Amino acid sequence: MLWLALHFPDLPLQIYAPPPDAILAVAGTGRRPEVLAATGPARALGVVPGLSVAAATALAPGLVVQPRNPHREAETLAGAATWALQFTPEVSPAPPDALLLEIGGCLRLFGGLDRLLGRVRDGLAELGLDGVPAVAPTPEGARTLARSGLELSVPDLAELRRHIAALPLDSLDHSAETLTSLANLGMRTIGDCLALPRDGLARRFGPELPALLDRILGRQADPRQAIVLPDRFGNRLELFAPVLEVDALLFGVKRLVTELCGWLTARNAGVRRLTLSLGHEHRPATPLPLALVTPQRDPAHLFMLLRERLHRIDLVAGVSELSLAADETTQIEPLNFSLFGEREHIREDCLNLAERLQARLGMAAVSGLSLCPEHRPELAWREVAPGAETTAADFPPRPFWLLPRPRPLAMRDALPWLDGPLSLERGPERIESGWWDDAFVRRDYFLARTASGARLWVYRELGTMERWFLHGIFA
Amino acid sequence: MNAQLDNLLRHPGVWRGDRLGITERPGQPTGYVGLDALLPGGGWPRGALTELICQEEGIGELSMLLPALAGISREDRWIALVAPPYIPYAPALAGAGVDLARLLVVRAGNTADTLWAMEETLRSGACGAVLAWPSLIDERSQRRLQLAAEAGDSTCIWFTPARQAANASFAALRIKVMPARDGTLVHIVKRRGGGPAPALVLDHALAGPPLPRPAPADIRPAA
Repeated sequence: MLWLALHFPDLPLQIYAPPPDAILAVAGTGRRPEVLAATGPARALGVVPGLSVAAATALAPGLVVQPRNPHREAETLAGAATWALQFTPEVSPAPPDALLLEIGGCLRLFGGLDRLLGRVRDGLAELGLDGVPAVAPTPEGARTLARSGLELSVPDLAELRRHIAALPLDSLDHSAETLTSLANLGMRTIGDCLALPRDGLARRFGPELPALLDRILGRQADPRQAIVLPDRFGNRLELFAPVLEVDALLFGVKRLVTELCGWLTARNAGVRRLTLSLGHEHRPATPLPLALVTPQRDPAHLFMLLRERLHRIDLVAGVSELSLAADETTQIEPLNFSLFGEREHIREDCLNLAERLQARLGMAAVSGLSLCPEHRPELAWREVAPGAETTAADFPPRPFWLLPRPRPLAMRDALPWLDGPLSLERGPERIESGWWDDAFVRRDYFLARTASGARLWVYRELGTMERWFLHGIFA
Repeated sequence: MNAQLDNLLRHPGVWRGDRLGITERPGQPTGYVGLDALLPGGGWPRGALTELICQEEGIGELSMLLPALAGISREDRWIALVAPPYIPYAPALAGAGVDLARLLVVRAGNTADTLWAMEETLRSGACGAVLAWPSLIDERSQRRLQLAAEAGDSTCIWFTPARQAANASFAALRIKVMPARDGTLVHIVKRRGGGPAPALVLDHALAGPPLPRPAPADIRPAA
């Protein structure tokens, strides 16, 4: 067994995924609340942990102070745990501020510990969480190392004992009261504590302290309950203050997308439809649905699509909450060597391109073209999804441009006229079709040339009244 | 000594007045041997901008591109039509040998969207050619598009009505297209590393079947 602990010292702040320039502090509750944590810009203004909220607001006028929110901290931890399931199925949250991953079984898959840690670090950056990783043979040992800020990888119990013994006492996750009494007895490190007789320690401070030490050093079993991979993905994120600028939302969107992609990877699936909802304080949420041409789980691509989508809307009200739900997912095969490797890549590039364009311009703005076996020119084509294979059909020469609607032409001396007389060069091609539906046509098509030399596709409508129309341009 | 001189003369930055400039990238064959011979790189420039200045619509300004588009789609690269003024008519494209499954039609509401879509399609690397009908391209946008075309190794062709054509543009190739009795008269206004070129009539007989590799006879000097 090898455990990776991720400790999040700034979790109370980072539940909001604040942008880097946010002046934000989290305070405790009570009659005289004190600052517990503050963002970089707030600390630069002198807002440090331990300061009273009144003093902090006086120091930094723009400061937003939020009370600590243990419920949201647990939710954020659960979201990060979902994301971490892409690395190993054995993930358990260690409240209030750590995750434990059993990685002994997956090191080979990721090509060694260094590579795995590299991917974990990259992912944490995308999530917007500052996590300290530490690796040890016991979960509590790894967590204690991470809590004290040591990014260590300890392979065996003997070495773990050596490292743990050197740690200061307050690295232990234990009641502050007990730790103070121990300090009063002259003990500085965990090693000092380990040197004491176990029975005496238990009699004096209760059985919890020696039990904790035993778990750290692997002398007592420490089973952990792994979380279950959720069937559906729907995570949310509260913002620390209502936001009216899209750019300030993006940090939160990035976290949700990263969590989603971790979940998708763990399920070996891709998402086809998803919805980002913008929650407002006093009005219904704004849903932003997104449909994808191919199932996706690339966080960069999904994030980019959602960013384009967000930039296209006007925020009518401040956004106080974000939520992201996967509405439809499908299994996708892991990337394999393809027989048509290069072609498949271009096809994928182009479908990704189509999605990017659709995210900004709208679904209907991007399409492919297909033929229809139909004589009526306006029905001989249709719009299809980009890349859709088309049926084959043979047509006589046709103009490059078709007008969306035939344009009536003026008549002079019984001839059609467009900035001058039109000379008919080729034709007629009789098209008579559609008696079975409402769009019956009976037309003679000609290739006509204008006085200035342009070639047009015109037709004479046959019937009681002969009228001429322009239908296409031989561009 | 001579070898060194030859090497120097092969440098793309060196142009000798009596011949076409040498480009690093071969062009996309136009399908017309006579036109290829006049173009640096032997075809529509890849990784660069081309401006087609059209005297009016309906003079074969798109038909003359069809052989190249058919070639691109056969190579499994995509063709994007950005902000087309009318419906690109699928039977005409299919009739010219263009694989419709490699076609992307992008409608854009305004100039900013059109330019953005052009840049995205060019940069993606998936599109062999991007044809666009922007209402206006300022100099800054032209520079951005040039960089995008280079990054995506794509051929960018945009259409300008003659009455709106500016005196100068960033395009590596500018061609004026005029009507001719049975074809299209093309006049190369600007080409990289080349002096003035004789005008040409491209004869893409409308009635004829598509010619994937037209015979040399399809070109003759303008009268």
